[in-house]
Amino acid sequence: MSTIAPVSLPTQPTPPDDGPATAVIRSWKTPIALGIFTVLGAIMLVAFGRDGISTMVLSTTSDLIQLPTVDFPTRATGIVISVLLLAIATGSAWLVRNSRKTPIWLIGVFAFLLLLGFLAWASAGASIPIPGLLFGSLSLAVPLIFGALGGVISERVGVVNVAIEGQLLAGAFTSALVASITGQPLLGLLAAMLAGVLVAFVLAAFSIKYFVDQVIVGVVLNVLVSGVTGFLFTQLLAPNAATLNQPPKFDRINIPFLSEIPILGPVLFRQTLIVYIMYFAVIAVYFGIFHTKWGLRLRAVGEHPQAADTVGIKVAATRFWNVSLAGAIAGAGGAYFTLGSVGAFGKEMTAGAGFIALAAVIFGRWDPIRATLAALLFGFASNLQSVLSIIGSPVPSEFMLMLPYLVTIFAVAGLVGRSRGPAASGKPYIKS
Amino acid sequence: MSDTPPQTPPGSATPPAGQAIKPASRRDRPQTDAESRWHGVFREITSGSAIISVLAVVLALLVGAVMIAATNDDVQQSAGYFFSRPSDLLGNVWGAVSGAYSALFQGSIYNFGRDSFAEGITPFTETLVFATPLIAAGLGVALGFRVGLFNIGGRGQMLIAAAIGGWVAFAVDLPYGIHLVAALVAGILGGALWGGIVGLLKARTGAHEVITTIMLNYVAFYLVSYLLREGFLRTPGSNTPKSPASKETAVFPELLGADYNLHLGFILVIAATIFTWWLLSRSNLGFQFRAVGENPNAARVAGISVQRMYVYAMLLSGGLVGLAGINQVLGTTTSGFGATVDSGIGFDAITVALLGRSRPWGVFVAGILFGAFKAGSFSMQAAEGVPIDIVLVVQSLIVLFIAAPPLVRAIFRLPTPGDTPRRPRPIIVTEVAAK
Repeated sequence: MSTIAPVSLPTQPTPPDDGPATAVIRSWKTPIALGIFTVLGAIMLVAFGRDGISTMVLSTTSDLIQLPTVDFPTRATGIVISVLLLAIATGSAWLVRNSRKTPIWLIGVFAFLLLLGFLAWASAGASIPIPGLLFGSLSLAVPLIFGALGGVISERVGVVNVAIEGQLLAGAFTSALVASITGQPLLGLLAAMLAGVLVAFVLAAFSIKYFVDQVIVGVVLNVLVSGVTGFLFTQLLAPNAATLNQPPKFDRINIPFLSEIPILGPVLFRQTLIVYIMYFAVIAVYFGIFHTKWGLRLRAVGEHPQAADTVGIKVAATRFWNVSLAGAIAGAGGAYFTLGSVGAFGKEMTAGAGFIALAAVIFGRWDPIRATLAALLFGFASNLQSVLSIIGSPVPSEFMLMLPYLVTIFAVAGLVGRSRGPAASGKPYIKS
Repeated sequence: MSDTPPQTPPGSATPPAGQAIKPASRRDRPQTDAESRWHGVFREITSGSAIISVLAVVLALLVGAVMIAATNDDVQQSAGYFFSRPSDLLGNVWGAVSGAYSALFQGSIYNFGRDSFAEGITPFTETLVFATPLIAAGLGVALGFRVGLFNIGGRGQMLIAAAIGGWVAFAVDLPYGIHLVAALVAGILGGALWGGIVGLLKARTGAHEVITTIMLNYVAFYLVSYLLREGFLRTPGSNTPKSPASKETAVFPELLGADYNLHLGFILVIAATIFTWWLLSRSNLGFQFRAVGENPNAARVAGISVQRMYVYAMLLSGGLVGLAGINQVLGTTTSGFGATVDSGIGFDAITVALLGRSRPWGVFVAGILFGAFKAGSFSMQAAEGVPIDIVLVVQSLIVLFIAAPPLVRAIFRLPTPGDTPRRPRPIIVTEVAAK
């Protein structure tokens, strides 16, 4: 991929539109994006540099292995990081000049450095609890990850899932109701998955059986679920909050040994059952989609249903059951709102998380691992804002809140670019 | 499908067969026939598209009635002794449902409780007020749909339009008339700008519009929140994040006098509907839009710059949604706006556009229907204690049922009319050629 025939004339206009690329086109997008980020970073870190010492606390008080706190002199750190950023951006430009791609790990290092510089800059004269920051990020990301996994499965099998929001909300509502009545959070989780499946059934029935435009069904389902849960909440849950809307929450489970790993242990392994299920789901979906017969069929149906039909795969049935599975996963994410974090159902409590999950799916290019990482990024950015507002950030909180979304736009425009989904996603398959 | 072409040779005739099947099974949108338009209209009437729409509304209202009745206290109590006195239950069900729906009607169309016609019709003018921004934003979303773009960014576009247009309305001193036009244009340009960013990003970098519109919604929300708190939209000497009131010279005049809230916005929306209709079905640009929407690859081959169409479409779409935003500031909440001035219209507009099937006049009618639901829902809640959310349920079900005519036909046991798709001619030709 990284080699190009050097004889290709530079005068030949390279079409920017997609199409079968016969030669690797030198894309300057990555170095330009990195350059913009470097300039922005340097302006912030050097031109608006702040004096003081930034402290990062790496351990919680309950850890067995106590790490020392790390102190950064803020201004010097900013200058060093700006230089490193510039070096990486230049390196990327040099690679592109030689018709090679910028390796993904280099972009990762770049992002990490930029983040570190930002953290140091924002926390001048204060200390940031790193485990707390990461723990909160993961908590915010859990429903997004469940939703994104549901989205990935559904879109990979060829049904655009705009209804993630509805599935999350339905899951949140049902889990709160069932867990309150039975007193069992586990039953609440199961009910949430069932509710997600129910929403997915409608999506599947309308899009696969009646060939209704999938985006239409998805959007409408979101409104429908929002209306039904809001109606039932006002009529039933709110007047009887003590009996119907007080679900028991999942207990935290510390995994022995693993939970004592410095920094990561408290973040990853002192979580509730639902988060452990999430880890399992990410790995299972990844392995299932790319390494099993089920996944191969699923992808075949999503990419080229006619071909899949020709070799004897039942397209409609495959789509139907996999969309239902996706609904179950997204529904479980909804349960996290009520049984994992908040502890009671509230009207519209998902607040657009399903749309963020949808963005994570596309950002992650329909890959479960990458979509998970994108969801984590969203969770991290939202949580960063709340942490920084506690220690008193120099930036108005609105701009901090805006940051993740701006970064996503830049990243999608600069780094990801034209993301191509499964070929048959969104198209009904009409068997001839 | 019953109309599968019989024993065509598998190799040669498969592609035409596949093409020919499509219009037959997607009966509502014939696309390939040369005379498809008139044929399609004819078939649509015979297959009872209007009947389907009416039945869809009836079905949705029935489901809503079930929900209202099931959660009504009196109904629940009388259900406890159903077998001893069943008439109680039925009476209570009837009372709950008819009470709610008559409140809905009286709150949205005509209030029989008033003496004169002029007073009784007030709810209908309220309906039109609620419908105005829904139609404008719905037109914007529908325009996007026709070009194959999914504009979920109504919220952001409305907010930016309200911010820029609102600023012109309260901060600039201009004579009567000119001020109104200036604020209006500023608002529309604001929405167009916010939509245009999306189009530009899609055209230049291929960034998916669903991501960028969602992200820009949040960016706009926080930006406007900040401007209201500390920036140039802040009311001096006030701590609430709210803008100053629009100046009198910029406010939309009332159409029917001070007794009614109906304002100039409604006329503007009618004009916008006519403009969108003309643009999409009569103009050169609209033709290119639709070509890109039907098949971008074919449009590119035909010499249409798909990238440029994306930018233009998002500019226009954002501008129409911006009209909805500025309508809120200059017409509905003229006393100053907060960061929630969009009040969910950007998302409702998607449903409106879908119900209107992305046709300008369809959107117009759908917008008025949804405006009626919105206006009526308040009186329904006040009079009968039925939560407003029931309207969301009914609205979404209407769209869902209308989108799936076979389901409605199956529920009402209607015959499947127009089930006589002409035998596709190309197949016969190929068969003859093959022999």
